[in-house]
Amino acid sequence: MKASVHIMLKQGVLDPQGEAVRHALGSLGFEGVSRVRQGKVIELELAETDKAKAEAQVREMCDKLLANTVIESYRVEFT
Amino acid sequence: MRAGVIVFPGSNCDRDLAVAYQRAGAHVSMIWHKDTSLPVGLDVIGIPGGFSFGDYLRCGAIAARSPICRAVVDYADRGGYVIGICNGFQILTETGVLPGVLMRNAGLKFICKSVGLTVATTDSAFTSGYQAGQAVQYPVAHHDGNYNADPDLLARLNSEDRVAFRYIDNTNGSNDDIAGVLSKNRRVLGLMPHPERAVDAAHGGTDGAALFSALAAVMQPA
Repeated sequence: MKASVHIMLKQGVLDPQGEAVRHALGSLGFEGVSRVRQGKVIELELAETDKAKAEAQVREMCDKLLANTVIESYRVEFT
Repeated sequence: MRAGVIVFPGSNCDRDLAVAYQRAGAHVSMIWHKDTSLPVGLDVIGIPGGFSFGDYLRCGAIAARSPICRAVVDYADRGGYVIGICNGFQILTETGVLPGVLMRNAGLKFICKSVGLTVATTDSAFTSGYQAGQAVQYPVAHHDGNYNADPDLLARLNSEDRVAFRYIDNTNGSNDDIAGVLSKNRRVLGLMPHPERAVDAAHGGTDGAALFSALAAVMQPA
């Protein structure tokens, strides 16, 4: 089973990299981009075949390592 | 004083930290990250600067889950003295031993220069060798030193007098100009600037030496 973990900075946490990307888009002439938030995607291939168990596993991985939940939120998708 | 210095792949201030401890009269043990326990009888542990595990995932994230870090967290929980400098500070926040997060510098640039700091509290074994409000110069060399704390945490750090150092000229965007914080029991210090790189006239300054000598004085058997 494949899982994708999408990690983003929580709302309200300043994202200086996203801001820099927004400025760069503006300088390329892309107008009307009012906000850019940058995150990361982590793909996992899991031996577990039970989706509920896999989801519990991945959530534990996120809480323990993949995300810093002080400033980051995550979303898990299975494909 | 018996001091330990943790060494990760990618640590690059481990030797500097060892020398700073030795200058203060300490016997120093270097401790490899794969070790699962600390040498017996250490008075203080140092987590050095560098780029442990290539800063992969997040700065300090992989190091914080290494076998030796479990022992360091236990040591801190038992009331042991720990100092984390630069990447060491990032590792201590990743383990949860110190609160808050070090984020990308607000200006997005790596900053490598000597900066002015004020000693915000002298109420710790690390800062008791300075005067309250004293200005000191330590070098900084980091890309992710922007200390971030929510308003509740900032209020708590201030009311509990746990801010150890503040930037005089805040170059990285840190909340409340914070350059270093103490744990609740005041025995764990994390700071982005490098006191161990300011202990010899050849470094361009010796303002960091007082931190290590104050620590050695506390650890001196009575």
